Amino acid sequence: MTENLSHSEARSAQEVAVSRALSPHSSMFLRMLVRAAVLRRGRALSALFAMVVAAAVATAMLNLYVDVQAKLRREFRNYGANIILVGKGGASLPAGALPQVESVLAGRGVVAPFALVVARTSDGQPIVVAGTDFDRVRQLDRWWSVSNWPSPVPTSRAEDAREMGHPALVGVRALSVVSPKSQPFDLNFQGHTIHLTPAGTVRTGAAEDSRIYLPLADFVAWTGVQGSTIEVAATGSPEEITAIMHQLQLAIPAADVRPVRQIMEGEARVLGKTRATLLASAVLIILTAALCVLATLMGWVFDRRRGRSPGRGRRGDWIRSRYRHRSLDWPG
Amino acid sequence: MFARLVYESFRRQKRRKLLAGAAITLGVTVTTAMIAVATDIGDKINRELRTIGANLLITPQEDTLDVEIGGINLKPPGDGAFLNEADLPKIKGTFWHNNITGFTPMLPVNVTLQRNGQTEDLTLLGTYFAKQVSFGKEEFTTGVRSTHPWWKVAGVWPDDGSRDVLLGERLATRLSAKPGDEVRVSGRRLRVSGVLSTGSSEDDQLVAPIALAQEILGRPGAVRRVYVSALTKPEDAFARRDPRSMSGPVYDRWYCSPYAQSIAFQLQEAIPHSHAEQIRQVAQNEGAVLTRIEGLIFLITLAALFASALAVSAAMATAIFERRAEVGLMKALGAGRLAVASIFFAEATLLALIGGCVGFAAGGLLARQIGRSIFNSQITIPPVLLPVILAIAVMVTFTGSAAAIRKAVRLDPVFALRGEL
Repeated sequence: MTENLSHSEARSAQEVAVSRALSPHSSMFLRMLVRAAVLRRGRALSALFAMVVAAAVATAMLNLYVDVQAKLRREFRNYGANIILVGKGGASLPAGALPQVESVLAGRGVVAPFALVVARTSDGQPIVVAGTDFDRVRQLDRWWSVSNWPSPVPTSRAEDAREMGHPALVGVRALSVVSPKSQPFDLNFQGHTIHLTPAGTVRTGAAEDSRIYLPLADFVAWTGVQGSTIEVAATGSPEEITAIMHQLQLAIPAADVRPVRQIMEGEARVLGKTRATLLASAVLIILTAALCVLATLMGWVFDRRRGRSPGRGRRGDWIRSRYRHRSLDWPG
Repeated sequence: MFARLVYESFRRQKRRKLLAGAAITLGVTVTTAMIAVATDIGDKINRELRTIGANLLITPQEDTLDVEIGGINLKPPGDGAFLNEADLPKIKGTFWHNNITGFTPMLPVNVTLQRNGQTEDLTLLGTYFAKQVSFGKEEFTTGVRSTHPWWKVAGVWPDDGSRDVLLGERLATRLSAKPGDEVRVSGRRLRVSGVLSTGSSEDDQLVAPIALAQEILGRPGAVRRVYVSALTKPEDAFARRDPRSMSGPVYDRWYCSPYAQSIAFQLQEAIPHSHAEQIRQVAQNEGAVLTRIEGLIFLITLAALFASALAVSAAMATAIFERRAEVGLMKALGAGRLAVASIFFAEATLLALIGGCVGFAAGGLLARQIGRSIFNSQITIPPVLLPVILAIAVMVTFTGSAAAIRKAVRLDPVFALRGEL
């Protein structure tokens, strides 16, 4: 230290001036900044706090805004299919249609096949019977209120099934017609009879209540009618769904690919309105957060404008500490 | 003296008071607008969800099964039971009539279409398009145009009193018919007023005013089913309970809650020999969507409240921090801590009340603007909210100022007067 001092004393005034002129100017600026922050710790901290909170709120809002679409889209997929494939002119779909639809979707949705015929009960009443894949329907049509989903009969017990009846899912209104006491019943389609046992009931409040659902394999073995409809609940934005529909049409030219407009339009409307509300709220909140930062910074600037530089502040500190020390001796 | 001090403080420091006041006003504006939006969003989204279609279905109690595949009705005509069209306006007489946004009766009948010497069996669906119905003194318009908003017509919608029909989109393509053409249906010449696109089975059908369908069927006043669109509350465990097993007060509470189940129950009471049930696809899912959106807006309202509180606090703290010299002078003149604090608190209260009132009005306007631009309908703020908002404003202003005031009253006058703080 002493060496340094003597060294600098040895330098001429000119040399000092030159070295000062060459030294980086930012050092003074930084020094002021750091000093200001250190000396007015409370003030700097509160400004920092305000900014952190404002930034956090703004980020959270923007995050929410982006995230809400995905969340709501998932919620809307519970409404079931938004695309329906039917055979052109009422014909059955080609046998490989289901795997083809699945490969087009590549995991972006749920698919379920349906086949429908009008059969007759033992006393000649017409009734709609549908063949489907229960595992898929369970995922696609979550609103179905089902008392008990029929479980597939293992092949080893196929003989028993023929005797006991194939398990079927019966609509609540159909049940009172075909099997009021939940007893096994027969259905007839073009001279072929099937023996069914009601394994559970389905209630939806719509057409399904008057139908009987069978596993697709049992249905095809009985009627010889292949699946005629594939319902698809595709996930994604409207553009993605349109693209999926286009791909499906290309992959299965024998099918008529239709959007379920009821669901798609309702979804678009609700999503749009929710997003607009969110955006308006987000703008308001971000403005408020900005106001918070502004108020804090303004306080800081007012404070500084009084001409109290860090240097003077330091002198004040010094006087204060001396004074405080003395005041200890004073009575009262 | 106290009042004069406060008054002079406002008179002499207009700019500073304006700044703090502006912060409070803005904070209260945002809070009011967000609370208004949050309380009303459920109703607004509920109405938007109605665009997905009716959530309740009324059918005759003693009906035979529906036999319909791909939009073709295989049920023998005249088979099964019907509802009476004259009973329908009673829907508007139920307890929750204000929650019922519309209803549409439907009557499918089997008809034969003659064209170029060929005949084809088709389904003609009789319905209301936008029918004027009156119940008591109340007049309202209802029909598919309100309950099935996704139905699109190229051409014009038929009048409910006319004998015009709509052709389903696919049927029109098959017949290469266009609006203005005539079709021969079961021996009647009917004018096609438009082509209907629905994306479902109606695309293969004819759609006509219900009176025409009743005439073809030969049963005036017959209705096969009625779709009802109602604003409902998301279902919970209480909603699912069986009303027959409930005791008096519990039953009243169930009956007077707008659950899909209780509205269905009331519809069944209103219309003789009917069975009403929720369409689960619509009714079940809208509850989930609604709950999620409401939760989201609630979260955002909390964030808005928090941000406003922070902004007001920051502004108040700054305002008081600036006046340390003044505090020093007051204390040097013999003012106690209590006196200094009460002056500041009085000023804060005054600012909060003024800012709160202005902010409430501005927030109301903002909420209205949001309602009008997003939902095309009003969002009104109940005036009851004013005291609540004012209380919040005063509380937030107090909490925001508390730390700064505490610092101010602890100040040693000597430093303040020497200007060394």
